[in-house]
Amino acid sequence: MSTTTLPEGNAAGDFYDLHEHDHPEGHSTMLGFWIYLMSDCLIFAILFACYAVLGTNYAAGPGPQDLFELPLVALNTAMLLFSSITYGFAMLSTQRGSVGQTQLWLAITGLFGLAFLSIELYEFSHLIHIGATPQRSAFLSAFFTLVGTHGLHVTFGTVWLVTLMVQVARKGLIQANKRRLMCLSLFWHFLDVIWIGVFTFVYLMGMLR
Amino acid sequence: MAPQSAPPYSPIFGRLSLDALPLHEPILVATFCAVAIGGIAVVALLTKFRLWGYLWNEWFTTVDHKKIGIMYMILGLIMFLRGFADAIMMRLQQALAFNGSEGYLPAHHYDQVFTAHGVIMIFFVAMPFITGFMNYIVPLQIGARDVSFPFLNNFSFWMTTSGAILVMASLFIGEFAQTGWLAYPPLSGIAYSPNVGVDYYIWSLQIAGVGTTLSGINLICTILKMRAPGMGLMKMPVFTWTSLCANILIVASFPVLTAVLVLLGLDRYAHTDFFTNDFGGNAMMYVNLIWIWGHPEVYILILPLFGVFSEITATFSGKRLFGYTSMVYATVCITILSYLVWLHHFFTMGSGASVNSFFGITTMVISIPTGAKLFNWLFTMYRGRIRFDLPMMWTVAFMVTFTIGGMTGVMLAVPPADFVLHNSLFLIAHFHNVIIGGVLFGSFAAINYWWPKAFGFKLNEFWGKVSFWCWLPGFYLAFMPLYVLGLMGVTRRMRVFDDPSLHIWFIIAGLGAVVIAAGIGAMLIQFAVSIWKREELKDETGDPWNGRTLEWATSSPPPDYNFAFTPKIHSLDAWYEIKHRHVARPTEGFRPIHMPSNTGAGIILAGISLVMGFALVWHIWWLAIGGFAALIVTAIAHTFNYKRDYHIPVEEVEATEAERTQQLAAAGA
Amino acid sequence: MRQYLLSLPRLSGLSLAAIAPVLLGGCSDLVVLDPAGDVAQQQGDLVIISTLLMLIIIIPVIALTLFFAWKYRADNKEARYEPDWDHSTQLELVIWAAPLLIIICLGALTWVGTHLLDPYRPLARTEPGVAVSQDEKPLEVQVVALDWKWLFIYPEQGIATVNEFAAPMDRPVSFRITGASVMNSFYIPAMAGQIYSMPGMETKLNAVFNKPGDFVGFSANYSGHGFSDMRFAAKSLTDDEFTNWVAKAKASGETLDRKTYLELEKPSEKEPVHLYASADPELFDAIVNMCVEPGKMCMHQQMAIDDRGGMGLAGLQKTDDLVYDKTAARGTGAPADWSKPISVCLAPEKANMPGARPGDAPVALDRLNGLGLPRKTGIAPSSSSDALLSAAAETVSAPTRSNP
Repeated sequence: MSTTTLPEGNAAGDFYDLHEHDHPEGHSTMLGFWIYLMSDCLIFAILFACYAVLGTNYAAGPGPQDLFELPLVALNTAMLLFSSITYGFAMLSTQRGSVGQTQLWLAITGLFGLAFLSIELYEFSHLIHIGATPQRSAFLSAFFTLVGTHGLHVTFGTVWLVTLMVQVARKGLIQANKRRLMCLSLFWHFLDVIWIGVFTFVYLMGMLR
Repeated sequence: MAPQSAPPYSPIFGRLSLDALPLHEPILVATFCAVAIGGIAVVALLTKFRLWGYLWNEWFTTVDHKKIGIMYMILGLIMFLRGFADAIMMRLQQALAFNGSEGYLPAHHYDQVFTAHGVIMIFFVAMPFITGFMNYIVPLQIGARDVSFPFLNNFSFWMTTSGAILVMASLFIGEFAQTGWLAYPPLSGIAYSPNVGVDYYIWSLQIAGVGTTLSGINLICTILKMRAPGMGLMKMPVFTWTSLCANILIVASFPVLTAVLVLLGLDRYAHTDFFTNDFGGNAMMYVNLIWIWGHPEVYILILPLFGVFSEITATFSGKRLFGYTSMVYATVCITILSYLVWLHHFFTMGSGASVNSFFGITTMVISIPTGAKLFNWLFTMYRGRIRFDLPMMWTVAFMVTFTIGGMTGVMLAVPPADFVLHNSLFLIAHFHNVIIGGVLFGSFAAINYWWPKAFGFKLNEFWGKVSFWCWLPGFYLAFMPLYVLGLMGVTRRMRVFDDPSLHIWFIIAGLGAVVIAAGIGAMLIQFAVSIWKREELKDETGDPWNGRTLEWATSSPPPDYNFAFTPKIHSLDAWYEIKHRHVARPTEGFRPIHMPSNTGAGIILAGISLVMGFALVWHIWWLAIGGFAALIVTAIAHTFNYKRDYHIPVEEVEATEAERTQQLAAAGA
Repeated sequence: MRQYLLSLPRLSGLSLAAIAPVLLGGCSDLVVLDPAGDVAQQQGDLVIISTLLMLIIIIPVIALTLFFAWKYRADNKEARYEPDWDHSTQLELVIWAAPLLIIICLGALTWVGTHLLDPYRPLARTEPGVAVSQDEKPLEVQVVALDWKWLFIYPEQGIATVNEFAAPMDRPVSFRITGASVMNSFYIPAMAGQIYSMPGMETKLNAVFNKPGDFVGFSANYSGHGFSDMRFAAKSLTDDEFTNWVAKAKASGETLDRKTYLELEKPSEKEPVHLYASADPELFDAIVNMCVEPGKMCMHQQMAIDDRGGMGLAGLQKTDDLVYDKTAARGTGAPADWSKPISVCLAPEKANMPGARPGDAPVALDRLNGLGLPRKTGIAPSSSSDALLSAAAETVSAPTRSNP
């Protein structure tokens, strides 16, 4: 039984939209991007679940306490958190319509992103160098995959950010570019949230294990 | 069997060498020749009639949801023939391999056949079918002009196709997985399956999975954002509702498949330890994760068809759908519950009694909303005027067949009963009972129901009935013996048998498969005859079945823009209401219509993905890296294209609609 | 309650088992419904009772479908036609409540049945009305799924067999099940439902034979090329016959030790029945712990080390003792090196498990200060965590013995 709101007569205007306007371009982009982020979140959920199940299977190898360097990771976390703040400033500048400031803040965000990636790569290369490779134990497989997948996302985010900077430089802050900046903003903050999960769940709790 | 040694490796061709061509398998060589000759003939014809430009401009690069929907159906049909060929080969092998005979398929081939059959039927037949229906019908039912993201829609289709092409390539280049359709490790791990089969499996599913996920996001947005004015959620047609739920399931489950296949891939490519026996790996993790995707997947397949049956039952009973609200709530219940039952696929893996009974009972609980749906269809028929056209015949066949399949499903949900039936032919009979009885019968009903909408002429009734009367008994003949065999303790995926008392049942099942083959043949004839005699079968009204929902409000086939004026919705059966009140179709005051432009980016990106997938399968690293780089560059280049839409000029709309007015007048409507 | 629940399916089971062969055209081999063991019998009965319960609703639905399809066909202008009738609260109530009631019954049956027939649960009866006495020890049979054959070890009798299983009637059998390479499912339809066999893990099954006869068992989970022939004879014998069967094995004179096991483990198809007069009593535990091959660390040792937080960076040096299936899959690896020490696997409760689990000890909070950092750069680590780790490494050094 569905509710009905039937008009009295049979005038065409009651049953057809005779004066409709175009759907604004990109009217469902934000919703679509949100749903995409949730599906991505699910991938991370699986990786977290794997880490939860396999994270203590060291295979008589090193555990988190032997490998993780919390000061370094704390620095890394700071990089990503700062990049989120600077992205926020970029969005504020966008709303004011200032191309220059937007570009500046985006550039700073990108640099923070690169700093994060560099530190992470340093951490990974150090671990691999001492022999704590993803092949060594299920714990390390799960660790590298979870953290590495996040890192890959940040890499893509950075590439995207550069692309958007070029596009903003070319076309200015037109509606399409604003929408894209908004999507990247969601993506960037989403990665931040995931990282907070990684930092807490993998690094901090790993140290307390 | 001789131990499988690591294949030779070259930096240019990776693991690929001439040995990969199965020249020693006569069946495959013959198939290859047939496919090659057919392919050359098609290419020659297309070239001769100069159709390449037309295909590229009108179809391959199209963003029109209707054309994409039709392409999904064609993909599904082609892959259906392949999947069925596998089925016939299995039935023949099992009917032959008695009394000391090894049959005609060696283990290496037979094991690929049953794996490919499962993978193809689920991912490349059932999924394209339902995605095709949803693509074609949902925008029409909600009074929209296209989907939310038309380019993504094109891209999704080509990704699915790329996955299918990769599976087909494995037939002639190398081999497919010999693991069963879910590729449980450790068997699917690099240690126990060192060759390319499982890699084909992983990459074809990954590539197709991207397409499926994106198409799920696309359709959710379309349904939530693009409904015609006045169509609240509780005024959506049931097919749209079930599509919404199915797409929510897609978005909430396919990422799990993506993730778990990534992990299996890492185990195989990077030698990580997720699912290995040693170094702390845990294969049970894989089994859990794959079924957390796998169980929602079966509801992804069946829910849209539940919607189809609802539409068909109401239309052909000439009645409102009984219990629309409870139908919607039942759908939502099934959607949620489908996430709480995955463990029933492995009661026998050693979980405790409490865990097993929890998942057993949640599984049974799903049968409550499903049962309610059946009753709703039943009471829609009650006091109706049922016209037994082909869609309705398939629907009644579904109701009876699916009920039996549902019953055996609940039997399998009782853990102690599952201990004796798990992995048996009883299980095979059960899920074919629900997938053929539900998904396939539903697809056939939907094809017969919506064909006139898509092409402007009905399907031939005679050959359709021949097909129906082959399929229905053929199905029972093919699968009832499997129930019996299951109760005789026969397990699945067996290649040879030593107990002669089983033989007769396999022969009956084989005969059933032959009858089904006749049904498929009749269906192909039905399509051919209908296209041949399309003038006789022509439908000018756009509403050949006296339909109730909006897709019947426009012409058949609908114009590019679907509706010159977007309908305003006041009740569930919007088109029925317009007809009932004799609302005049507006014939003036048209406006230019805003539409998305075609683009070749989708097919190019998917093509690159296909090359990259192939390179990854064969460890051709330079090509894989190059493909990946090309993918990124092409995707970025595509984002520099800001001009993605155009307006259909008002003159063109006026001309199209004037033609429609004449057509309607000629049809006497 | 239990008596009642079990007698109900029993009755219906009997009746349907009697009708079924007639229905199915004289087919009398429905071993799942008419098995030779009490456990399988109860499971088969559950199949039947759940069918009967569901038929209560299935039959009316199918009948009504066909009836409505016939009665309300368009030709039949006699029938009532109410195109706008689409709702009835009473009917809705019925169509939701009827399946719900059936599922409540079935759910109760499931809950009880699942617990009573939990394969891990020691048998309480050998057949209806015959309880297992407290002091009756079940016959222990250790089962190993190999590529592609089954190994049975009888610790009580000291014998072992390949592809032939026998048990005395009416004596409970307690299976301990594992595998060597990939997943299989251990299934003797005449005796009891199946359970997966998995490498590096042990699953359990309790069952009993009540009728004499020669039956079959097999793998019910696809495991590779030789899967179809991965079948074994399952014999239900009288006590005398069983004694003779054991004596026959004893007379074979062959021994199953680690060396012969590693030979046996290599993939083979259609393996003939083989009897061993004696079997290494530690073999099964070594198989479960994946340390039959000399020089391999046993799983339980590895897990004990992991419980203590791993072996630290020292654990990065040498991993040969952990490799199981990476290079040695299905008999393709290097042959075992018998100069290496053999790991002795004790049953977990007897094993020399290292001290307390981490949960028992207070957590050292100083780790949060990045304690991992200095240790790698060569500065001495703080005493608390260092002590923990070195203790772990010491206490778990595997008990070994010299080679035979």
